[in-house]
Amino acid sequence: MQLLIQEVLAGLANGAIYALTALAIVMVFQAIDHLNFAQGEMATFSTFVAWQLIEWGVTYWAAFVLTVALSFAGGIAIERVLFRPLHKAPILALLVGFIALFSILNSGDGYIWNYTIKTFPTPFGTAPLFGSALLDGHQAGMIGVTAVLLGLLYFFFRGTRLGLAMRAAAANPESARLVGIRVGWMTALGWGMAAAIGAVGGMLIAPIVFLDPNMMLGVLIYGFSGAVLGGLTSPGGAVFGGFAVGVIESLAGTFIPYVGRDLNLTIALLVIVAVLMVRPTGIFGRTVASRV
Amino acid sequence: MKQPTRRTILSAAPAALAFGAPLLSARPARAAKSSGPGVTDTTIKIGNTCFYSGPASSYGTIGRAMAAYYKMVNEQGGVNGRKIIFISYDDAYSPPKTVEMTRKLVEQDQVFLDAGPLGTPTNSAIWHYMNQHKVPQLFVSTGATKWDDPKGHPWTIGWQPNYQSEGRIYAAYVLEHKPDGKIGVLYQDDDFGKDYLKGIVDGLGDKAAAMLKVKASYETTDATVDSEIIGMKAAGCDVFINTAIPKFAAQSIRKAAELEWKPLHILSSIGNSVAATLQPAGLENCKGILSDFYLKDPTDPAWKDDPGYKWWVAFMDKYYPGGDKTDGGNVYGPSNAATIVQVLQQCGDDLTRENVMKQAANLRDFRVPMLLPGITINTSPSDFAPVKQVQMGRFDGERWRLFGPLLTGAVG
Repeated sequence: MQLLIQEVLAGLANGAIYALTALAIVMVFQAIDHLNFAQGEMATFSTFVAWQLIEWGVTYWAAFVLTVALSFAGGIAIERVLFRPLHKAPILALLVGFIALFSILNSGDGYIWNYTIKTFPTPFGTAPLFGSALLDGHQAGMIGVTAVLLGLLYFFFRGTRLGLAMRAAAANPESARLVGIRVGWMTALGWGMAAAIGAVGGMLIAPIVFLDPNMMLGVLIYGFSGAVLGGLTSPGGAVFGGFAVGVIESLAGTFIPYVGRDLNLTIALLVIVAVLMVRPTGIFGRTVASRV
Repeated sequence: MKQPTRRTILSAAPAALAFGAPLLSARPARAAKSSGPGVTDTTIKIGNTCFYSGPASSYGTIGRAMAAYYKMVNEQGGVNGRKIIFISYDDAYSPPKTVEMTRKLVEQDQVFLDAGPLGTPTNSAIWHYMNQHKVPQLFVSTGATKWDDPKGHPWTIGWQPNYQSEGRIYAAYVLEHKPDGKIGVLYQDDDFGKDYLKGIVDGLGDKAAAMLKVKASYETTDATVDSEIIGMKAAGCDVFINTAIPKFAAQSIRKAAELEWKPLHILSSIGNSVAATLQPAGLENCKGILSDFYLKDPTDPAWKDDPGYKWWVAFMDKYYPGGDKTDGGNVYGPSNAATIVQVLQQCGDDLTRENVMKQAANLRDFRVPMLLPGITINTSPSDFAPVKQVQMGRFDGERWRLFGPLLTGAVG
């Protein structure tokens, strides 16, 4: 029983990492209808920026806010410079754009900050929570931040005009344009928000896995898996999916004999395939009908 | 970090430049009794591949340090009067690129031999090519055990202690100090990790089944190894053999401390760098961890007055002033290159590829300044594992303290 609880909590802790990544993936997907393969590298880059600021003597929270703001601006800039000219291009051209962005950021990280792992501070402390070693302060803080972020997004999309405009621009660009919404800028805003969420995720993940240029490489696959499981059109679903993948992975690794740890990644990929076969929109996703 | 150009580091010979290298290499050697490609009266051209870009480019400094060593040899008159032309290409830790660059070295540049190419998958990719074309693949910079295969691959030879022999040494240590221990092993789920695991299992012999409680593997794509560490503690392991790469080694050290799990902790040489693993994991969490060593740690103040260390500092200052003196790669590079130079020296004027392999298999008690005291390099026609000895060390919270005799876990 003790082991079961421990593994579930370890799964939730890893799941929080995946959930934050999944959330950022969904944000971009909402805006442009494509998966952004460079999402992880954008988050890593942001985290390096934060690390550098802290190294320069900026306090944690100042660095945190500054990094989120810079990432937001950076996300918009990437959309304007790189993807704006491509927005009518075929999907393959877009894919190449994502991959280019991926390698530019990945190599750039290594070139500027080199490849040795770096420690990243946590604002929550690592003292065990509730006097047991099951969950530490940082992991609990991370789960909390994920929940708050999700709440804010919910409020933003349901309760503000800007959120409504973004949803309209994603759901039906033509009509949105006709009622005066600047669809291009809504897309850019989606990129900015995804980059900002990615930055938050990166800064919370780094204290656990250590910061290096390849920090998000594996995480992104689990993030995709979570996003697909929960539904690419549903931020809440993506977060649920991220946590679910974390727990499934942890439990399967421990309790299914012969599966073991060797097949962790396989489990994540199996989740993607299984969901796509049974329920392509994910558990919480809605069906998007498009007229042909 | 400085980025070398594609056709990098021609640490070569002012002589070659003055006379024009192409002219020289086209001229048949006269003084040499017999000679292979890439050898002239005044020069020997050798090749290398290393990672100057890409995910593992932190190791690129090894190639630069090798180049610096050959520069020093040339300034001191070369090898038997011949200057070394060292051509090192970037393969970015990508095996297909290694094949491309190595073919270029062999077929276009016509190098005499391949000196200390870096990386396990990269060397694996050219293994058959080199043996088919009978080009010496000397002192490959990787710890895989398979390079010690004089019968199957007589043109390839390793250099550093291999993973299986390290695994045996860990097993022997556990058998001696905790004969009824319950062992948990953390290893990477690929050839490199399984090499360690095999050494440990072989070393434990018929006690393996009883003692080896948990064999936990990780993928490099995993976010954390927390779950693995929890599993080992839950299974009641009191010995932890940790063969993970620095990132995961650091995670597991920290997780063990968090769980207040205090096993007999043996960390493999892959992850024992103070800067890359122990510092990120928290030095206070590393107290009492054991590991094995064969080179002098340049950050260890114990070597302050050691002649070998002093030589190395002088070498770095003069020939590689930009190099990081806390980076173990800069100890590795010149030590490996010195072994190449020794082989060329032993060849004398009989500079054929056959003789190179004969001499590479004929090293007797060869010493390199930065090897630990007492460790020597020995090979024979049936022994292609040059460095075999290691010494155990214990981390005292600040640095590694070496203890005990030199150990060898030679395979075969």
